[in-house]
Parts: sequence; C-alpha cells; structure tokens
Amino acid sequence: MARQKLKAIVINRDWCKGCGICVHLCPKKVLELDGSDKAVVVRPEDCICCRMCELRCPDLAIEVLTEEGEENA
Amino acid sequence: MAVKDYLRERFLPHMWCPGCGHGTILNALVHAVEDLQLNKNEIVMVSGIGCSARISGYVDFHSLHTLHGRALAFATGVKLSRPHLKVLVPMGDGDALAIGGNHFIHAARRNIDMTAIVMNNRIYGMTGGQFSPLSGPGVKATTAPYKTIDNSFDVVELAKAAGATFVARSTAFHVKECTEMLAKAILHKGFSVVEIMSQCPTHFGRKNKEGDAVNMLGLYRDNTAKLGSKALEEKPGLIPRGIFVEQERPEYCEEYDKIIAYAMKEKIS
Repeated sequence: MARQKLKAIVINRDWCKGCGICVHLCPKKVLELDGSDKAVVVRPEDCICCRMCELRCPDLAIEVLTEEGEENA
Repeated sequence: MAVKDYLRERFLPHMWCPGCGHGTILNALVHAVEDLQLNKNEIVMVSGIGCSARISGYVDFHSLHTLHGRALAFATGVKLSRPHLKVLVPMGDGDALAIGGNHFIHAARRNIDMTAIVMNNRIYGMTGGQFSPLSGPGVKATTAPYKTIDNSFDVVELAKAAGATFVARSTAFHVKECTEMLAKAILHKGFSVVEIMSQCPTHFGRKNKEGDAVNMLGLYRDNTAKLGSKALEEKPGLIPRGIFVEQERPEYCEEYDKIIAYAMKEKIS
C-alpha cells in the first residue's frame, strides 16, 4: 500500500483556541503554539500523517491534507 | 461528504472552553457520521441542557434543543413518529443521570432504537462547577469545597442493568476508538449507550488539581484500559474501556407497529 504523503496541515486560526492538545500529543512534535497562542506547523517534514491532531482537536480547527506517496518497498 | 459538510460553520468557533473534551466528542461524532456516509437529512440530534447540549447547534442535522434531562423523552417522540430517522441523543452526565435519570433507565428498558451519548465530565460546567452524580467521592466542586461524599453511578453498569442492548465506554483521549464505537452504536438496532469521558479543564481540572486539558487527557490514557487487556487484568482498579454489551432484543418501534397491525385487524374483522 502506498504511504500517505503530507500535502498540507490547514489550521483554521479563527477556530483555534490554543489549548495545546495538538502540540503536546503529536508524536512527531510537528506543531507549536505561536505568539498569539494559535497552533502553527513548524516541522511539516516530520509529519507522519497519523491525523491525531485533526481527530483530537476540540475546536475542529485542523485538517491534514494528504496525497498518495510512493509505493513502499 | 467532507467532515465540514456536517457542521453549521456559521456557529463556529463553538462556545466550549479551550481544551474542552466535548469538542473532541463532536469531532469524533462527525467523523463517525462521515465514515458511515449517512445522509444528514436522515439524522436527528436531540439534546437537553448544559455544555454538552450545545452540540446539537453545531451539527447540520435536524436538531432539537429541549428541556433539561428530557432529551430522551423528546427523542422517543421523534423516533415513534418517524422511525426511519437516526436519532442521536448527546447528554451531559448531569443531564443524563441526575435530571434525566428516569428517562435514561426507561428508554434503555424499552430498547427504543436511538443512540445516547453520555458526555461525562463529572461536573456541571455551564452553571459553575457543581458536583454531579458522576463526580464520585473525594472530588472538589463549588458545591463541595471540602470534597464530595456521594458515590457515583457507573453509567455502563446502570445501562446494562436497565436493559440497553449496546453499551460502550471510551474517553476523549482515545479518539479513534470513540469514532468506531459511535459508528457501531449508530448502526445498532436498539437502545445504545456510549459513555465518553470528557475533560472539563475549567472546572473539574482546576478544582481537582488535574492540570490542563493535555494533562487530563494523559490521566485518561493512564487510568483506563481496554476490556480484556492484560493491563486491566494486572490492575483491576483501572477504568475499563470497550464494548460491554452488544445484543439483539425486540426493538420498541417495531413492536409498536406490530400492536398497531394487530389492533387494526381486530377492528376490521
């Protein structure tokens, strides 16, 4: 099966309340809170597309967009 | 359909506090509905009063925001008059088991086809953090500054005893499990109860020194274990998660239809 490749992590800044759940529970520490306490993507290259941030976000503010990657060897 | 198609975006961002587990439950619920590819015109969401009840405003289903604790009674009316609709009844812990305790056990007893979701944050959040029948002993609340002495209900045991034919428990930490359980509960024919433990960092967490939302989610991870798992066997004090009951029993609307058919036959002959 082809592995999912990250296209973008879309964060709705109007809905994000800065609770930090996505930041702390991301297994790869892809996200951080910025100066105005909103989640931002800082290390997209580390994202493994597990979508836990999208599923756990209590504000429904995160969407992980993926595309089909190369076939696994 | 995408997840956003099931939301009334004009009402978002929602009114729940930052880090509220109820938001995660809404998230899991729309994902479950999306996974099942249900038509949103065939879903009715009936809610009562409280933080939890506000969920019915954010979903783009038919929605009914009713009296405190009486959501199941209204839902019963909806289901009996329109049995083809999927009825979802999200309730808070106080809404479901204090104010609506009787409606809860009797809906379970009748085995009417609907999905009761108990969003259990163990506190009355909206009114300022009073303890609820699910707080349990030793909990601090605004109405229990020296800690509670009341024992709590076990939603799962209560639902089982009352006759619910699908009973499950999960937490806001275990979102994938939550989504799967909700999907199964929605498909189940009969009265299904899904208890989802949900963090209230504003009232419960702050008063009981459980830290912020992230910390409270960590407690759900550490203090619960899957039904039948080794962890639960070794530490029976952990809160079990999983599907406790899944059985078939005559469903109320179908039985009612049979009675109508029987009575009509009597009348004609």
